Amino acid sequence: MESSEVSLRPPRHRVSRRALAYWAVRAAAGWLVLLAAEIVWLAEDTARLGAHVAGLVLTVVVAAAHVTVMPQWRYRVHRWESTPEAVYTQSGWFNQERRIAPVSRIQTVDSERGPLEQLFRLANVTVTTASAAGPLKIHGLDRDTAQRLVDELTEGTSADRSDAT
Amino acid sequence: MSETDGWRRLSGRMLVIHPIQELLRAWPVLVGLVFAGTAGGQGSWWSLTGTIAVVAAGMLRWFTTTYRISAEQVQVRRGLFRRQLLTVPRDRIRTVDVTANLLHRSLGLAKVEVGTGRTDRKDEAVKLDALHVAEATRLRAELLHRAPARRDTAREDAAREETAAPREALLASVPAAWVRYGPFTLTGLVTVGVIAGVFGRAVNEAHLDPGRLGPVSELLNRWENAGLPVEIAVLVAVLVVAVAVASTLGYVLAFYGFRLKRNALGTVHVTRGLITTRSITIEERRLHGVEISEPLLLRAVRGARCLAITTGLRVGRGAERGGSLLLPPAPRAEAERVGTLVLGRTAPVTAPLTAHGPRATRRRHTRAVGLAALAVAACLVLSWTAGLPAWVWRLSLVLLPVAAFLAWDRARSLGHALIEATLVSRRGSLVRRRSALACEGIIGWNLRQSFFQRRAGLATLVATTAAGRQRIDVQDVPLGEALRLADEALPGLLTPFLDADGRDV
Repeated sequence: MESSEVSLRPPRHRVSRRALAYWAVRAAAGWLVLLAAEIVWLAEDTARLGAHVAGLVLTVVVAAAHVTVMPQWRYRVHRWESTPEAVYTQSGWFNQERRIAPVSRIQTVDSERGPLEQLFRLANVTVTTASAAGPLKIHGLDRDTAQRLVDELTEGTSADRSDAT
Repeated sequence: MSETDGWRRLSGRMLVIHPIQELLRAWPVLVGLVFAGTAGGQGSWWSLTGTIAVVAAGMLRWFTTTYRISAEQVQVRRGLFRRQLLTVPRDRIRTVDVTANLLHRSLGLAKVEVGTGRTDRKDEAVKLDALHVAEATRLRAELLHRAPARRDTAREDAAREETAAPREALLASVPAAWVRYGPFTLTGLVTVGVIAGVFGRAVNEAHLDPGRLGPVSELLNRWENAGLPVEIAVLVAVLVVAVAVASTLGYVLAFYGFRLKRNALGTVHVTRGLITTRSITIEERRLHGVEISEPLLLRAVRGARCLAITTGLRVGRGAERGGSLLLPPAPRAEAERVGTLVLGRTAPVTAPLTAHGPRATRRRHTRAVGLAALAVAACLVLSWTAGLPAWVWRLSLVLLPVAAFLAWDRARSLGHALIEATLVSRRGSLVRRRSALACEGIIGWNLRQSFFQRRAGLATLVATTAAGRQRIDVQDVPLGEALRLADEALPGLLTPFLDADGRDV
């Protein structure tokens, strides 16, 4: 309501800048597969050349837009923060979701890296509580930051074992 | 009962039950065999072979399953080729569910299921099918009432005496008159479907044609010769009556002899059922909230159900089967009374709620009516371009008032409150639910805002919890109010993230 001036500020930290490149490469890889398929189709079916070329151009334009805009957007939107008491994440650009979990209620802290993420020295951290509704996921963290975060959180959790189930 | 290192077996009488169970499940096939005779083709024989194999596998299950209860944990060993050892720490046990169907009961057996705080995955549940009734009862007391784990028999007997003693207070029972709520539960819809399915399968397997039976064919003829409106009317009437009868029967079968009791040792105990009896024990410490649920039809006759929001019970596959039911469809006031008793607080169950305001109402309307208008428009366009008959789009106009009604009702349902350290949220129309969750059961917040919600200054606040559906949604609440709720419910958690002037850092 307008009467209350209090609002929830976004989490303080952004993910690693290298995530921008990683997201772009991953998106581009997906589009390349599609483009390759279209080119093969074109080679097989030269009768309707015009339509094929138009489709190809359209794909290239959409792909370029996606590969350039999406990482930027995601970088601005995906944020995280952790304090000794709580973990706080934000994600989503159309449907924005902010999740907060008390450190005392954390059950597991997972960090994982895919092969491509290894290449970019990135890691994902997933924090789960006893509720199936609330895992907090931070994608594209710098590897060292991720390790530090995991250490901090596991330390905080082992101090207090009540998980409110 | 053979014992090596405390490993116990299921009741030996299961060796009788398994074959019968499997044969019952396969009865349409068997009926088909009888009618078709030996000349009826290979398929039936294959079915028979399959049935025999399944029976054998069922009996094998008895030989391979053993369980052990130590001071710290419950262990179940099972499987022949893939041996599996399931270990559940005893302090993780939240609920014990004892079920006995007709077969079990005729042999004095019961099936025991143990629910833990874990999000229940199917193969991780501890399920003992089946034990002697006395053993099952003793197990329940042992697991939930923290009775001393098996020591010498004398003490065991003493413990049994103790648990049998009337330390239970009756909270609710279901008088016969409440069966009038049965037809409004619509549970019969499924039953009618299943019966139709089974009947169809049996008829198919037996190569019978019910149309050839004298009286049936006469009725069918008469029905087919009537006009279309009459045909539809008769069909609807038959369906309504069938569903009402099946729902009522279902009500009686499921809730006959319903008793809700509270044990002084800290459990809530539900027993019910006419043929299949069910007895569910919930650890009260883990019972974080209650839900008053009112399906639309039931609400029309001022009935309601009361459900427990607790860890260790599956929900979602129909609350009746999940076992979290604290009171079957009953007068609203009764459901509220039971909710109050179990929760130990009155206001969260009965107090009036804060409405979500005009913007939430508008959102309900734009969403419901907008969707209906889209459907109508689609029908209209299709009838112009693709030659869809005109009556389709005319009929689709009915959607508009229905959607408007639903939107109005949904907007009216929306409400929330934070009273007596309990978060209360009400939402929904087809099933209106008022959930009251104790704040100590909340383990985090999700604040969701779609693009349109942000424009309207609204948010959906989700309190995550390990109990029940794992979440309580406060839908379309003004953002400031959502933050106030979250901050008050778990003081201090949000404080470092709040911003007085509300700007980005």
